[in-house]
Amino acid sequence: MYVSLNWLKEYVDIGTITPEELAEKITKSGIEVEGIEYVAEQSSNVVVGYVQECEKHPNADKLNLCQVDVGEEQLQIICGAPNIAKGQKVAVAKPGAVLPGNFKIKKAKLRGVESNGMICSLQELGIEEKFVPKEYAEGIFVFPEETEVGADALALLNLHDAILELGLTPNRSDALSMLGVAYEVGAILDVPVRLPKEEVNVSSEIAADYVSVKVDTELNPYYGAFVIKDIQIGPSPLWMRNYLIAAGIRPINNVVDITNYVLLEYGQPLHAFDYDQFGSNEIVVRRAKDGEQMVTLDGQERTLKSSHLVITNGTIPTAMAGVMGGANSEVSNQTKTVLLEAAYFDPAAVRTASKDHGLRSESSSRFEKGVDPNRVKKAGQRACQLLSQYANGTVLSGVVEFDQLDKSAATIEIDSTEVNNRLGTEIDNDEIGDILRKLEFEFKQNGNLFSITIPTRRQDITIFEDMVEEIARIFGYDNLPYTLPQGASQAGGLTERQQLKRDVKNYLQGAGLMETITYSLTSKERAELLISPEVKGKVDSPVQLAMPMSEEHSTLRLSILPELLASMSYNSARKQTNIGYYEVGTVFLSDETTISKQPEERLRVSGALTGDWITHPWQQEKKAVDFFVVKGIVEGLLEKLNLTATYKQAKMDGLHPGRTAQILIKDVAVGFIGQVHPSLQDSFDLKDTYVFDLDLEFIFTIHENEPSFAKIPRYPSISRDIALVVDEHVHAGDVKATILKAGGELIKEVQVFDVYQGEHLETGKKSLAFNILYLDPERTLKDEEVEKSYQAILDAVKKAHQAQLRA
Amino acid sequence: MKERLEELQAEALTKVEEAIYLSDLQDIRVAYLGKKGPITEVLRGMGKLSKEERPVIGELANKVREAIATELDAKKERLEKEELEKKLETETIDVTLPGRPVKVGGPHLLTSIVEEIEDLFIGMGFEVREGPEVETDYYNFEALNLPKGHPARDMQDSFYITEELLLRTHTSPVQARTMGEYQGAKPVKMICPGKVYRRDTDDATHSHQFTQVEGLYVDKNVRMSDLKGVLNQFAKQFFGEDREIRLRPSFFPFTEPSVEMDISCKVCHGHGCSVCKGTGWIEILGGGMVHPRVLEMAGYDPKEYNGFAFGMGPERIAMLKYGVDDIRHFYTNDVRFLKQYHKA
Repeated sequence: MYVSLNWLKEYVDIGTITPEELAEKITKSGIEVEGIEYVAEQSSNVVVGYVQECEKHPNADKLNLCQVDVGEEQLQIICGAPNIAKGQKVAVAKPGAVLPGNFKIKKAKLRGVESNGMICSLQELGIEEKFVPKEYAEGIFVFPEETEVGADALALLNLHDAILELGLTPNRSDALSMLGVAYEVGAILDVPVRLPKEEVNVSSEIAADYVSVKVDTELNPYYGAFVIKDIQIGPSPLWMRNYLIAAGIRPINNVVDITNYVLLEYGQPLHAFDYDQFGSNEIVVRRAKDGEQMVTLDGQERTLKSSHLVITNGTIPTAMAGVMGGANSEVSNQTKTVLLEAAYFDPAAVRTASKDHGLRSESSSRFEKGVDPNRVKKAGQRACQLLSQYANGTVLSGVVEFDQLDKSAATIEIDSTEVNNRLGTEIDNDEIGDILRKLEFEFKQNGNLFSITIPTRRQDITIFEDMVEEIARIFGYDNLPYTLPQGASQAGGLTERQQLKRDVKNYLQGAGLMETITYSLTSKERAELLISPEVKGKVDSPVQLAMPMSEEHSTLRLSILPELLASMSYNSARKQTNIGYYEVGTVFLSDETTISKQPEERLRVSGALTGDWITHPWQQEKKAVDFFVVKGIVEGLLEKLNLTATYKQAKMDGLHPGRTAQILIKDVAVGFIGQVHPSLQDSFDLKDTYVFDLDLEFIFTIHENEPSFAKIPRYPSISRDIALVVDEHVHAGDVKATILKAGGELIKEVQVFDVYQGEHLETGKKSLAFNILYLDPERTLKDEEVEKSYQAILDAVKKAHQAQLRA
Repeated sequence: MKERLEELQAEALTKVEEAIYLSDLQDIRVAYLGKKGPITEVLRGMGKLSKEERPVIGELANKVREAIATELDAKKERLEKEELEKKLETETIDVTLPGRPVKVGGPHLLTSIVEEIEDLFIGMGFEVREGPEVETDYYNFEALNLPKGHPARDMQDSFYITEELLLRTHTSPVQARTMGEYQGAKPVKMICPGKVYRRDTDDATHSHQFTQVEGLYVDKNVRMSDLKGVLNQFAKQFFGEDREIRLRPSFFPFTEPSVEMDISCKVCHGHGCSVCKGTGWIEILGGGMVHPRVLEMAGYDPKEYNGFAFGMGPERIAMLKYGVDDIRHFYTNDVRFLKQYHKA
């Protein structure tokens, strides 16, 4: 809502307050002033001039040579506007004048002839093209004949005005009118509101003889029809045009301008029909028929539905109620009799129609929010008065109406003690009474009890809390004290899960990875990539949005990795090729084909690494990320969480078939490590990339956070090495498991310390060397015990893996 | 003999003094103190001495040995030290060469901010609650006083999956769920951080996915001044002691009265500059007193309980605090962007 301060002054006396101060006060009381516009802030020295002579420029076809009387002097001005003519009163920027954009006017010679100033169009004076009346859009503006020569043209065009741009919250539709804003400003500045008078002399003819009103729907509780004869269509008065432009509405003609003016003034949309084109003398309001068609004012053919409301002439629609009029009954230059509608349409019905047709008008946006039931008829009367005054109208007696509108005001009882308790204040009863008076709310007081009549213009106030806010905002939020809650204090904190989540992040960061946050919504194709087997087993298909904005963000992720790879691809395209990323986030699992319930949201952690892991150029050290870098990070993470995992050679879509391990904890699959399959890497434009993915949700449930104390050993351990030759396909992990199993409980640790293949070994064979550490925390070990275990291990590995002791 | 011993001592000490290498010392040790050395020889000749002289000479001989040994040891130590120093000198490295880099990761800026907010409110006795990102229409809207047909519930504004399920548009449903869980029987003091989603086209100031941290405090006799006090404490701790807050009336369907909170501009401290667009204030969060309908629907009797709620956007806070100029940076994961905030 744009509020011209000059216009506002017609209803409230704002005194000497500056626009900035007023804006600050309005903002602090609840309506945000988003900006203040001064159209002619930089302009000066523009006056009304009378075009005494206007001839063709001797040396230019399209230019005119004008002699213009600007009061104190006569100026010769060359003007190129096509609509310039002798006898016009025009806006003249005299030499020395400044126009918007810091455009300075100087004396000049145009094609050899002197020009002492410029005759201005409205655009040149700073008015946006779209608000300039059409007849002046292509040329200069022409003032009404009676305008005084030499007067300040900017003042006459109301360009010294300040326009406040209000950002209204949805509840404050009362401020979608000048009167509403006037009440607000009146309350803030403690000044009374002056309401316009709707009085008008009416003719002896009776409107009801010209038209009847029939309403066939519950969606239109009030319909008032006024008839105004003898209309002379023409421009509306300059002041009205100025105000409309300030409010962002282009002036058209006096009838249309008056309905718009009243809409802005009262917040009540009106519609003017050409009575003679209406097609009947019967107004019938009803729901549209499904498929019914009409052409609206904008020339569009509209197909209607039964949820839309129409005004008809008994046969065909003449307006889409509250949204837009019909072309068939539009007011034109030939209009003689106006049929004026002032109605209350159901907010939801107007919203539906406006949405279905993509037509959001000044009118629909007000009906949608509910207009003041007590201003509907008054607005009609106000328009009649203005039509009589500025369009030569003869207003017929009476309003033809259908009226089932509830116009009663609600009453809210408040107890000042409760108000103070809620606010933490000590506002006394007198001050509360004063606030209500400023708001112009009527009330009865009995001690601490106030019975307040809520004016119908304030449809947003319905409960005690609304009234508390009303009092608080006029009292001033700045004046509320700062207190801290009095309730019993409790210890805040993170849950174990939340703490673990932080621990995981901290570990991974310590391990050299950077956290990312990617989108949960991905494309359908990406959603199918790199899904961990244990996820795949629980899912029917990825969850899709009903109405995605783009294919790119249409599907909920089942893995963090695809978007993570996309991020890496983004970096790699920017020459950032050494990357270690991780992300902790949810994936969305649904086992339904047609979704009926919330998907299961499981927390996972994923990582992706590419490029060099170690780079230390001057010592010629450089090591690319490989499988074991990633595995080391995962092992460290699980160790941190006090968990032991096993790693199983696996094959997975999207991963290198020979470089993928499934991770199991306590025999439950919890994720994987692997190299991204070269063809998938290619599709992301990535070089060798390794990933991991873990089900944190499961890990958090089984993790034991309290490490139990283990005695620090006091007895020496014994170490034995064993080098075994096995078939090259035998897994070190399996051999290790055999060793652990066969070697007995004295084994503390088994570590692979060498893997060898090549010279001195048969083709297809490899050597695996293990270091076995024996320890008994309670006593010193005997050599025989270790020897016995060693032999048992040898037997077992021979049997299980056909392993030979390496010579 | 006495003279001979004294002579030997002087001779040996001179040699020790003159010795240059560790091997010289060993030679001296063998020459003077060895079994075939002159002192041993002197001692061997003691048989010829009188009974009275023998202990005197014996004692002297031992003193001489000791004196030579002590001097040898001292000199040895000195030479070893010198030798070590010489060796170390040859081991000199160029300390200006760069060190071997340690891989250092770090948190995402949004995580840092969310955790900082969490920790501040935990300090004030709040618990941290989480909830599903795919929400039911009921918890996302209905329970928050946004009944069906409410303009804010346009299908166009939210990512619906079915008519009843959508990606949550705020973290407020976690508040409704928590209140429901507590069954109207005990106070609620919580914050709920998380991802939220809106049907916006991504540009410099809009993101279809973003982060929210909301807070809720429900108890008996909660006052609006408590909201002001808690937010003030938060703002001062988070943004700095020198920052002021200002509340302005606003509107949210789930609070009444509702507020917007501004903080004084860090650049101009409330006087107005280009950072705050001349207003002196920067909008940080929204909040208000919990709407009685919301309490009621969650099983709290609004006659007995009331409370306050607030919500803020870590992206916006990060943009203000660090001058990040485009919200998409948070989700593009440009390594050069992420790295900047590992120090934060």
